[in-house]
Amino acid sequence: MDYSPYFNPPIETMSREEIRSLQSASLRRVVRHCMNSEFYRKKFSELGITPDDIKSVDDLRKLPFTSKEDLRENYPFGLSCVPLKDCVRLHSSSGTTGNPTVVLHTQKDLDDWAEAVARCLWMVGSRPEDVFQNSAGYGMFTAGLGFQYGAEKVGMLTVPAAAGNTTRQIKFIKDFGTTVLHAIPSYASRIYEVMKAEGVDPVRDTKLRVLCIGAEPHSEQQRKRIEEDLGVKAYNSYGISEMMGPGVAFECQCQNGLHIWEDYFIVEIINPDTLEPVPEGELGELVITTLKREAMPLLRYRTRDLTRIIPGECPCGRHHLRLSRLQGRSDDMIILKGVNIFPIQVEKILLGFEELGTDFLITLENKESNDTMTVEVELKGLFTDDYRKLQALQKEITRRLKDEILVTPEVRIVPKGTLAASDEKKAVRVRDLRKNY
Amino acid sequence: MTINQLSIFLENRSGTLTKVLDIFKENNIQIIASTIADTAEYGILRIICSDPQKAYSELEKGGIAVALSDVFAIELDNKPGQAADTIKLFSNKDISIIYMYSFLFHGKGILVFRTDNTDEAREVILKSKLHSVTGKELADWE
Repeated sequence: MDYSPYFNPPIETMSREEIRSLQSASLRRVVRHCMNSEFYRKKFSELGITPDDIKSVDDLRKLPFTSKEDLRENYPFGLSCVPLKDCVRLHSSSGTTGNPTVVLHTQKDLDDWAEAVARCLWMVGSRPEDVFQNSAGYGMFTAGLGFQYGAEKVGMLTVPAAAGNTTRQIKFIKDFGTTVLHAIPSYASRIYEVMKAEGVDPVRDTKLRVLCIGAEPHSEQQRKRIEEDLGVKAYNSYGISEMMGPGVAFECQCQNGLHIWEDYFIVEIINPDTLEPVPEGELGELVITTLKREAMPLLRYRTRDLTRIIPGECPCGRHHLRLSRLQGRSDDMIILKGVNIFPIQVEKILLGFEELGTDFLITLENKESNDTMTVEVELKGLFTDDYRKLQALQKEITRRLKDEILVTPEVRIVPKGTLAASDEKKAVRVRDLRKNY
Repeated sequence: MTINQLSIFLENRSGTLTKVLDIFKENNIQIIASTIADTAEYGILRIICSDPQKAYSELEKGGIAVALSDVFAIELDNKPGQAADTIKLFSNKDISIIYMYSFLFHGKGILVFRTDNTDEAREVILKSKLHSVTGKELADWE
């Protein structure tokens, strides 16, 4: 059957000018709507502004920022702009430090969310003939229900397999003819490992074609490896639970940046220290203003995620801005001896070594008032019986890491399986054992 | 002329050697000779055993980083001077020994070694009519 390449052609192919004027109109509306929450009324009066001061996107910088701390301090319902009787669902993130955060949804919010995910899935080639399997956890984790409703909106047959039990996931993939799979990257690798151990050839024995990966920062090399292993095209998904979850931004088939739906969101990239916008195309913290949300609109929300805007037009015909692959979180950043290091930099270097597996662990310690960094890497198999070659490998890893991150780590080679990711959890990449003064 | 040697990657942590040796025990494989080359963080355990193929697949199954390689194993009379005379045959041809260890087998000394030039070493062994122990003999270790 012939389908349009777009799920929502008029919106997805809007020109930059059309997007901008739609955003200005939506912004005026959302700012007025925010006055239904005590939280924003107070923020506005502190800044001495009223909704009338916001006439277009150009006035965005007059608005206050919203942070994760604001959500925690106003837990659970302090930022809601509609009565609770109009809300139909809430999602909550785990609260490892302090209160968790809560996001409320009206029925319209859920419909909009499903449409955003449906656009993303359609964009990477999913059609009603496809079978979609979701290996994300259902429940409070937004990637479960988020992908579920989006995939149903596309009209696919959905398999809500949920997280874990890899052998059963593989059985579903084979028996139900799954063509589109959603998994976090470390779990996609795990599925491949188990397939290999069970003698399942992903190309010969399955119909897998499209893989949606998100939630964990990963490098281009890791994507390529997963694509080759599973014989699929893998597309990056960006979601953030405070916005709703998956569906915020997604790669198109050009695999060069993630389109963010600008009828839903206004994007800013700022310097996290000065809070000023960075020059176009430079790396900074992603700040998002929601334009459609009813239950809990957020103004200038600081995501802590680091990215940059990719300049120029995308050949896919969508003019919605493209974000570069997420570079980790501004709060994932390691500061060692005054140098800023992101775990993804380490991962990128390690993936350049054929002898190594994909898992690694960074440990930061304070030894005799000197901060040290140890990087443990897994040997895929023993490629030599000569320990001098292992030492040479260790030296080469150290050298290339130092070139990338500018400090010299201690590299330890460990047997495979030592650092393996568990089925459901995101892989732990960093342990900071330094005392905080 | 060569026999199978297992090389096993070990982390310097208590328990790692036990895990490996237990796999030999559970599969009733006799370790005939072994040696460890160690650095500060890890070691390589080299083993000559009665059934290297089976040991290899069982170790792999157990998630152990292991390699199977061919090494020379020359049989010498069990008396002083034999090792010196034998190694001289190689050094005369500028062939270096990378590592070497020995064990006693049915009253004979067995010299296990790897050189930096396998092809030339092979020729030396053929020309000098050195006698090698075979994997089959080792399998009948009793």
